[in-house]
Amino acid sequence: MNKLFKGAALGLAVMCSAPAFSATVINGAGASFPYPVYAKWAEQYNKETGVELNYQAIGSGGGIKQIKAKTVDFGASDAPLDKSELDEFGMVQFPAVMGSIVPVVNLQGIGPDEMRLSGEALADIYLGKIKTWNDPALKALNPSLDLPDMPIYTVHRSDGSGTSYNFTDYLSRVSSDWKNNVGVGKEVAWPQDANQLGGKGNAGIANFVKRTPGAIGYVEYAYAHTNNLSYTQMKNKAGEFVSPTMESFQAAAANADWAHAPGFKLILNDQPGAESWPMTAATFILMYKEQANPETAKEVLKFFDWAYEKGDGLAKELEYVPMPDSVVEMVENTWHNQIKSTSGEVLFK
Amino acid sequence: MMKATIVTAPTSTNGDAVFQRICRASAFLIGILMLGIMLSLIMGAWPALQHFGFEFFTSAQWNPVTEEFGALNALYGTIISSVIAVALALPISIGIAVFLSELCPQNWSRPIYIGIELLAAVPSIIYGMWGLFVFAPWFSQGFQLWAGQHLAGLPLIGGMFQGPPMGVGLLTAGIILAFMILPILTSLIKEALSTLPNVLREASYGIGATQFEVIVHVLLPAIKGPIFGALILALGRALGETMAITFVIGGAQSISSSLFMPATSIAATIAEQFNEATGALQISSLIGLGLVLFMITFIVMGVARILLRRSAQQ
Repeated sequence: MNKLFKGAALGLAVMCSAPAFSATVINGAGASFPYPVYAKWAEQYNKETGVELNYQAIGSGGGIKQIKAKTVDFGASDAPLDKSELDEFGMVQFPAVMGSIVPVVNLQGIGPDEMRLSGEALADIYLGKIKTWNDPALKALNPSLDLPDMPIYTVHRSDGSGTSYNFTDYLSRVSSDWKNNVGVGKEVAWPQDANQLGGKGNAGIANFVKRTPGAIGYVEYAYAHTNNLSYTQMKNKAGEFVSPTMESFQAAAANADWAHAPGFKLILNDQPGAESWPMTAATFILMYKEQANPETAKEVLKFFDWAYEKGDGLAKELEYVPMPDSVVEMVENTWHNQIKSTSGEVLFK
Repeated sequence: MMKATIVTAPTSTNGDAVFQRICRASAFLIGILMLGIMLSLIMGAWPALQHFGFEFFTSAQWNPVTEEFGALNALYGTIISSVIAVALALPISIGIAVFLSELCPQNWSRPIYIGIELLAAVPSIIYGMWGLFVFAPWFSQGFQLWAGQHLAGLPLIGGMFQGPPMGVGLLTAGIILAFMILPILTSLIKEALSTLPNVLREASYGIGATQFEVIVHVLLPAIKGPIFGALILALGRALGETMAITFVIGGAQSISSSLFMPATSIAATIAEQFNEATGALQISSLIGLGLVLFMITFIVMGVARILLRRSAQQ
């Protein structure tokens, strides 16, 4: 008995003192879309500094709930919060990295980057107004392609997702019909006039599009790329046809007016500029302005500072778009000016 | 230390009392758990129920943008896919059970039965992936194309087979569910057959009945009650199945008369939307869906009990 007690006491002592030996851990939770790049950054950062990042990809909704409950050091969300909501909870929001959404089609003989679409046409397809591939509107966009007389199957995300949020946001910007009848959301009531099919996750959409002749879907660029899907060109706000490339994604980010977006609430869809890809979206980080635990908050800011500075290569490897330097500067200014300890100490210098 | 000596003392009766209490507490725990789950579901769903009233159960609207939520789409998909599953799986499993216990040589029966048991051990997500990547493409190119040409024009049932051959949808979900409930149905029916006294078989053969007559007119009627019980258990499993259905049902909030069209089920809707649901009303509506599923399962089990008791009395 005595021996057992001693053993238990020893065990308890070891358990209690363990955190003192281990490295600093920062906790975050939220969006699953940026998870691959956060994980990659965390791995590299851990090698360089010993600081561990524990990121749970539980979804944007979950991330917002967790940060509001103060169970994590930062929350992550694909859809930015309104300035008013940020103020209500005393939070700051900043973009961490960007990704792009591309339409993908399955039509015999049409390979990646061959078909051209416009925002209006895309909205009409998902509204069920354009029902066949040889519709005059599509023919007018693609005079050189031989489009078949085939019904269009529209594939959408059946699970709630930031990708759908950004996609429906784009359609709302370019089509008033979409804006008035469907709206913007992580899930929406997809118009039943079109042949709607719901796939779970990017992989679900990719799978359905690959398999169903005549299907069109929308996925993150990385998925289209790795699954060898036939992505299309898009007509952008300037009226130019652009291909989804790292350059056109970065052009969209660079041409965006971050300086006049309160709380960095800026969706990068339909940005000006002849080179800009029209469906580009940032994913956001949420933190409290007043930090009860300044040491951890410092580590969080250091991590994202490192990611902005040294994480570009890793992000591009995974087909994410790094934030332009001008935006990083604005973000770091915000950190400096707004994130403080309870005693008012500036946490990022 | 003290307790240990008391428990092992052969003369004391305290041990029995303690043991009885522990067992009773365990039994009560189930009741408390059920009640707790029920209560928390009702509490969670309350804002939605209050907001939409009874319409929550009858409305086919599910629009997160305008915050209008109704359970009918999901309810329809859940019930139809489960009914398809049971209707498909029952004849097959009766066939397997009869073959195993009455017709096949003893040394074959065991490996076949182990195979069926193994089917039951396959995690449901594997069925989902298999359904999506293997079964659905084959189904869309095979049966659905054929049905579109030959069945869709028929009166009455034609409407069930209309629509594009997408491979996923209500019928696919029902078929995958049928695979999933096959093992439990088969093993329960086989067990029931094996409990029948041999006298019954010997007597039937004795009066000159053929094998077919013995099985169809004597053995199967004798296990009507257990077959029905097995059916309900399988239905219970089919109703609540989540992952496999989420993969193959097509994820569309709509009701269509065609079995080829994508639909959704209660469990699939919850699984797909709960993570990203931010609005209080949407979360509450999703919990409300959970409550609906809970109640259906409850009613199904209740009805089964009543019917089983009646058949036992006869």
